Amino acid sequence: MWSWVGHRITGVVIFVFLLVHVLDTSLVRVSPEAYTAVIGAYKNPIMGLGEAALVAAIVFHAFNGLRIIAIDFWKKGPKYQRQMLWTVLIAWVVVMVPFLIRHLSIVFGGH
Amino acid sequence: MSSNVIASPRSNSAQSPWYKRNKASHSSFEMFAWLFMRLSGVVLIVLIFGHLFVNLMLGQGIHAIDFGFVAGKWSSPFWQVWDLAMLWLAMLHGTNGVRTIINDYADRNGTRMTLKTILYIAAGVIIVLGTLVIFTFDPCPAGAVTDLPSFCPVP
Ligand code: HEM
Ligand code: HEM
Repeated sequence: MWSWVGHRITGVVIFVFLLVHVLDTSLVRVSPEAYTAVIGAYKNPIMGLGEAALVAAIVFHAFNGLRIIAIDFWKKGPKYQRQMLWTVLIAWVVVMVPFLIRHLSIVFGGH
Repeated sequence: MSSNVIASPRSNSAQSPWYKRNKASHSSFEMFAWLFMRLSGVVLIVLIFGHLFVNLMLGQGIHAIDFGFVAGKWSSPFWQVWDLAMLWLAMLHGTNGVRTIINDYADRNGTRMTLKTILYIAAGVIIVLGTLVIFTFDPCPAGAVTDLPSFCPVP
């Protein structure tokens, strides 16, 4: 049940981010200065934490999405849905730990 | 396994007598949308994980991103097609997902119509804008001096 709530919330969060993200990327058509100025905002530590949260949301949504697909298409999917939820959470940790180490040291490490 | 028979959720049965929004439709759109969510999801994992890896993990990570970075990537048709596919699939997947959510929570017909109209307009604008940006991108715009990729002629 809560995995479904989580899937919903992360889906909406990613969608809202994507709307803004296409708008900020479209600044490359305005001028190099405009793009580089706005993308510069993504490089401060607060935004760095925001990016980490966004990636956390995507990785959960993606892995849980695979789980939903497995439940729907795999004959034994419904039977193992609970074990698969644990697999999703473990895979999430396995991906997030190296990601956070790398990303946060880039964000907080300066150049 | 329980022996209770559970009626399908929108069958207007005794278990769910309230569902009176729509008559059953005979189009296969919902089936297609359901399948699309799953197929696009599988492809999006590759596209988005690849996008995040190249833009956040390699080299200087987020510090490396500026106009020249984008120009470098979009000088290759590979990344143009990559981003185009990611744009269309993520937007259609996300729009369809939010459509489901609106259908679930907005009970009044008028509210549902309004929210979905806003959603479709926003999605249409973003898809067209994003597509135009990829195809009309100019890596060496006239008059620009800063952050240009190295392959631009020196002014
Ligand atoms: C914080 C993480 C992210 C960063 C730093 C980032 C950065 C960028 C950059 C620099 C570009 C320019 C072109 C390129 O590099 O390929 C771009 C384009 C794009 N990104 Fe991201 N991105 C991020 C997350 C995402 C996510 C999560 C999605 C999908 C949901 C996404 C979807 C797109 C799309 C569709 C484009 C093409 C936009 C267009 O057509 O104008 N990005 N991104
Ligand atoms: C990374 C790969 C992704 C996978 C594997 C994936 C998978 C899925 C699956 C299987 C569903 C369930 C569909 C259904 O119940 O019929 C779903 C729903 C959804 N997805 Fe994704 N998705 C991915 C990326 C995205 C992105 C990038 C966005 C936003 C732009 C997004 C937004 C949504 C939304 C809003 C829903 C609806 C949630 C609901 O109805 O409760 N997803 N996704």
